[in-house]
Amino acid sequence: MGWMRRLRRSLSSGDGTFDEEARFHVDELTEELVRRGLARDDARREAERRFGRVTIARERTADVDMFRWVDDLRRDVRYGLRLLRRNPGFLVLATLCLTVGIGANAAVFSWIEGILLRPFPLVADQDRLCAVVSTNRGGDRGDMSWPDWRDLERSSTLVDAFIADKITGTTLSVGDRAARAPGSMVSANYFDALGVHPILGRGFLPGEDVGRNAHPVTVISYQAWQDRFHGDPDIIGKTQMLNGLPHTIVGVAPPGFYGTFVGYAFQFWVPASMQSQFSAGVYALEDRGASWIEGFVKVKRGVSIEQAQAELSAIMARLEKDYPDTNRGRGIRLYPLWQTPFNNAGAMLPTLGIALGVVLAVLLIACANVGNLLLVRAFARRQEMTIRLSIGAGRGRLVRQLLTEGLMLSAVATVAGLVLANWLRDGLALLTPPRGGIVLRLPGEIDWRVLALSASVAVGATLLFGAVPALVTSRVDLAGALRSESGSVGGSRRAAWLRSTLVVVQIALSVVLLVGAGLLVKSFQAIRTASPGFTTDGVLTTTVDAFTAGYDVGRARVFQDELVDRVRAIPGVQSAALSRSTPFSYATAATSPIAVDNDVPPRDQQPSVEYNTVGPEYFATLGIPIVSGRAFTAADDERAAPVAIVDEAAAAQFWRGADPVGSRVQLKGEWRRVVGLARSVKSRNFLETPRPFMYVPLRQNPAPIVGLHIRTPLAAAAIRPPLVAAIHALDANIAPGELITMREQVDRTTAAQRIALTMLIVFGGVALALAAIGLYGVMSATVAQGARQLALRMALGADASDVLRLVLARGLALSAIGLAIGAAAAFETTRLMGYLLYAVDPRDPGTFAAVLVVVAGSTIAACLVPARRATRTDPIQALRA
Amino acid sequence: MAIFRRRKPDALQGTLDLLVLKILSRGPHHGYGIAADITAISDDLLRVEEGSLYPALHRMEHLGWIVADWQTTANNRRARVYRLTRAGDRQLAQQRDKWARVTKGVAKVLRFA
Repeated sequence: MGWMRRLRRSLSSGDGTFDEEARFHVDELTEELVRRGLARDDARREAERRFGRVTIARERTADVDMFRWVDDLRRDVRYGLRLLRRNPGFLVLATLCLTVGIGANAAVFSWIEGILLRPFPLVADQDRLCAVVSTNRGGDRGDMSWPDWRDLERSSTLVDAFIADKITGTTLSVGDRAARAPGSMVSANYFDALGVHPILGRGFLPGEDVGRNAHPVTVISYQAWQDRFHGDPDIIGKTQMLNGLPHTIVGVAPPGFYGTFVGYAFQFWVPASMQSQFSAGVYALEDRGASWIEGFVKVKRGVSIEQAQAELSAIMARLEKDYPDTNRGRGIRLYPLWQTPFNNAGAMLPTLGIALGVVLAVLLIACANVGNLLLVRAFARRQEMTIRLSIGAGRGRLVRQLLTEGLMLSAVATVAGLVLANWLRDGLALLTPPRGGIVLRLPGEIDWRVLALSASVAVGATLLFGAVPALVTSRVDLAGALRSESGSVGGSRRAAWLRSTLVVVQIALSVVLLVGAGLLVKSFQAIRTASPGFTTDGVLTTTVDAFTAGYDVGRARVFQDELVDRVRAIPGVQSAALSRSTPFSYATAATSPIAVDNDVPPRDQQPSVEYNTVGPEYFATLGIPIVSGRAFTAADDERAAPVAIVDEAAAAQFWRGADPVGSRVQLKGEWRRVVGLARSVKSRNFLETPRPFMYVPLRQNPAPIVGLHIRTPLAAAAIRPPLVAAIHALDANIAPGELITMREQVDRTTAAQRIALTMLIVFGGVALALAAIGLYGVMSATVAQGARQLALRMALGADASDVLRLVLARGLALSAIGLAIGAAAAFETTRLMGYLLYAVDPRDPGTFAAVLVVVAGSTIAACLVPARRATRTDPIQALRA
Repeated sequence: MAIFRRRKPDALQGTLDLLVLKILSRGPHHGYGIAADITAISDDLLRVEEGSLYPALHRMEHLGWIVADWQTTANNRRARVYRLTRAGDRQLAQQRDKWARVTKGVAKVLRFA
């Protein structure tokens, strides 16, 4: 092996300095010149001149020795490998700790990159995209109106492109199962502005977003092209029914492009001109008062978000002056992509924030542990280091040797960690339940930024844990350490202090994580047993979308009536009812201004209320109690007098607690008689605060897509076949959506808690295990080092229990300090997760107490083994050693 | 190993290598002696710059063509003495061939032009 021979040679080339060689040369030359007759002084000067400036020659010679550090590195690596091989247990443990630490970080980085920072694959210049929302005086956010959007586009000079976007969907039936397909209504510049080029056909043409339903064209996703059209190469020009209207397919988006809504993979895009077709016939393109656009602006290169914000705000202020009726108090607000309020980015932001904190804590704990492990080894290797120092190795060299070993560990751990992160890429989507039958797409993205960040984390970690033993070792007291190992040696006190600090930090961090986990567990239990106000067991729910199949309001009404009758006739079904929105579903309830007899609101306020449109038997099917008056009946139809039912929160706010039954209320401009008072229920999730809510009969306020709720003791699998048959008997083209229990529906809203909970429990457990291992290591080392002392005590008459007490006291002191610091830190930080907690105080004493007991118990267990070992010390042997 | 892959020597450096290897092929010698021999044998036509000689020696040492150790000279001084290795011997043969080819080529061109 040539290189080995060369290596050995390059190592041995340090056996003298170039200076000496140069001196020899100059001397010889001088002698020669003297022989030729020059005076000695002149000869010397001439020789030196000829030799050239010695320093330059030396520099060039040193240049050749640039290989030196490579040699050193190679040697360090080989040496490190040998040591690690000799100690595989250490290797496995340290690498495992670091892998968990670095891998968890890489995974969270990849989620942040893929979901928050660069959420839209294939889209160019994502750092120049800003999400746009409108604002009102009260500080509420809303969507933008089309006329405003167009006026902004015309007047702005700092924005490259205004990309209008509005998530929509359609029902595509596949056999007897209806699947919701998410899509988007977009401005005609959508594909061009995003820099996404369809692989077949084209994007939208300028002008295709103008005119009421004037351009029934669509670009479909690559996935839809593959799944629904089997990759038909002649797809361009064919038509696809979308919401009851044939659309011409003009393009196929490239694979990997999922649109611009975090969480969803769009399957089709239509120009904004098709808006009313996808909004139940409500035409909004010319209505400045209708807010529906969730758009993005792409600012010009070099323009900051603040500059763009200032310009657009100024334009909005002008529009407010020009159109006071619709735009009073309306402003605009730009957000960087990662703060986008209208897609899942906003929903994931706090969860990912917690995740980042958790994994950083785990990394710290892992570093402390590896630092501790290295410290144990450093202690064991003190003799070696001392010898190397005393035969002339530089202290810098020793530190470098230690850091090289550390870097080798982190390199292995980083690779393993990235593999781990790659597995976890879809972890968030797995923890997040599908919404309305659509599986969410929340991918991690491992690109060069994530790789670079993970690598720097690894290097940072190495410096953290590698510096610990380096600090201790490089200060070895030569004279002291070369004397034989004995009870207390210079430097060991410092090492012991460092190790103790590390353990305290670990214990404190695990307390914080476990308190977080404990609070979430408690909150989860509370949610499990909590009642949203309606029955969750024995009620199934699904959706039936007649509108997509081309039904108008009149036909849909007939269809829905017959459907409910047929479903009620299915054996095992106790009752069935329809409603426009389903509680705890993603589709939020409609909102309307409200006026109430005898209730005069303050002049500058316009009270509003959320309401749902429900069919007969809705209250009975969902088990919502009617406190006063009556529920809706089949008689409350379009020919009967308009009626409404209000909930207790509405009664408390608008009727000051009096029974509202019999009084009148105005909803959407129409006066209705209140016929019933219903108990308040949660409508979106458990954490919402009660808000006034009302119900109106479905017949008096028809809706196309409806939730169908079925009260039955049977399981979904048993109900599905007769349900499909019942629907097909009415229309073979309509299929029900996903059929799930109400319990499932409710549980799905707790995804954010579940993600945070899973993470905190897993990592809290890991943290506690690491901390326990660390404490065990410290106590073992303490016992080993203090063996002579203990032996002395025992020889002087101390018995086993004294020794046990002595050792335990030290371990428990450390653990107590860690517990105290951890509890204090948790006390301050848990309120950050308040939004995830249901019916649990962030400073819940029970949780704190439980965690302290668990951690204290683990630390006692970790101390007990070394302590018992100490009692078995043989005094004679220990003293003689 | 890539790190040790020799950099392509330029013509001049290659020539110096050849001269040094040739001198050492006659027996071990120290740096000063090598320079003096080259000057003497070439009848003062060639003079080796010390600033080139020592880097070249160290480089060739790294490449494994020569090895060095400290010896005591006749007049009782410590000198770093270089000695050719087997690899250096091979290298000398190669470079000598190359040199012959180059000079032959150059001569032909000069004759023709």
